[in-house]
Amino acid sequence: MLKSLFPNKILSLTNAKINVLVAFLIAVLIIGLLYSLIISPADYIQGDSVRIMYVHVPASFIALVCFGLIGVASICNLVFKIKFMPLLAKSLAPIGCTFTLISIVTGSLWGKPTWGTWWVWDARLTSMLVLLIFYITYILTWKVIDNFEKANKISSIIGILGSFNLPVIKYSVDWWNTLHQPSSITLTSMPTIHHTMLIPLVIMFLGMIMYSVIIFLIRYKTEVIKLKINKKKNFK
Amino acid sequence: MFSKKVRSRIFFLVTLFVISIAIIFVIFRSLEENVVYFFSPTEIYNKTDVSYDQKIRIGGLVKENSVIKESSSINFIITDLKKEIIVSYKGLVPNLFSEGKGVVAEGKLRDKKYFVADKILAKHDENYMPPEVSKALENSNN
Repeated sequence: MLKSLFPNKILSLTNAKINVLVAFLIAVLIIGLLYSLIISPADYIQGDSVRIMYVHVPASFIALVCFGLIGVASICNLVFKIKFMPLLAKSLAPIGCTFTLISIVTGSLWGKPTWGTWWVWDARLTSMLVLLIFYITYILTWKVIDNFEKANKISSIIGILGSFNLPVIKYSVDWWNTLHQPSSITLTSMPTIHHTMLIPLVIMFLGMIMYSVIIFLIRYKTEVIKLKINKKKNFK
Repeated sequence: MFSKKVRSRIFFLVTLFVISIAIIFVIFRSLEENVVYFFSPTEIYNKTDVSYDQKIRIGGLVKENSVIKESSSINFIITDLKKEIIVSYKGLVPNLFSEGKGVVAEGKLRDKKYFVADKILAKHDENYMPPEVSKALENSNN
């Protein structure tokens, strides 16, 4: 599966194939949204604002996973000099950045009716803001620095440094007292979300992950084509 | 296994890792007081350097049957099931504020047992369920 990400293989990803994926995505999203906004019950204390969770949780998850992948790609890039690693990381960054922003905004919208405040400086919220800043600096490095090799090195270092923040985000709610509640879904114990709410959450997870994968594939293909064009120019 | 070049890069990266972890550790150690969003009543009880002029936050559960509402003020007890602190507050509390649920109060300590809040935040826990299930759970507990 990883082999299909090799620069020459990705070019065989035609628009027709992408359209099939998009059709699947739309189906999953419609089911997910219907389920989470209409069919699923309101929460026993939060009421209807629990429905924000169906977007907030998958968005936060994707935001973290994207940066994790950027971190891994950055290491592979710096140590083993694998040519297409920066392209992978570069295509992931805007997706993760957008979902970080979505996570913060939806969280804020949920926080007002639930906690009684839009924002607090607790460990979870602050570390998530730090992640957003890392994403923005990462993207800016590529935009601002014209020299590819230089941008590649600096952005990789940002990618690695930012990865240290990821476990802090994940475990902030366990390590310190935070206003943000601890995780409801963990690997070690039963989820503390009732199954009538867990099902729409899982469907939304699926839909949003599919969306990210599609956007990533399109962006990655574009990056590969760009690189090939640049190479040709340099030869002339 | 790896070429010399790759090995030196790995070495560089591992050094970077170790140094970063050390730095982060030091930062968090020195920030400890600030990273903690609120103190529990037990932590306040055990604290030796309690400041009475500085704004702090305390958090825990609102003790059952402890809420006394008056026209414009509210009094209640924050508990962590070991120690308790009486909180008095003027103003409106969030909708989710209720007995037996989590709460964070921001304000100043008068003494170790009495706290004057100027902001109340409701803390939500990690449990999500429909109202019917919550009722069923309550009935089975009683």
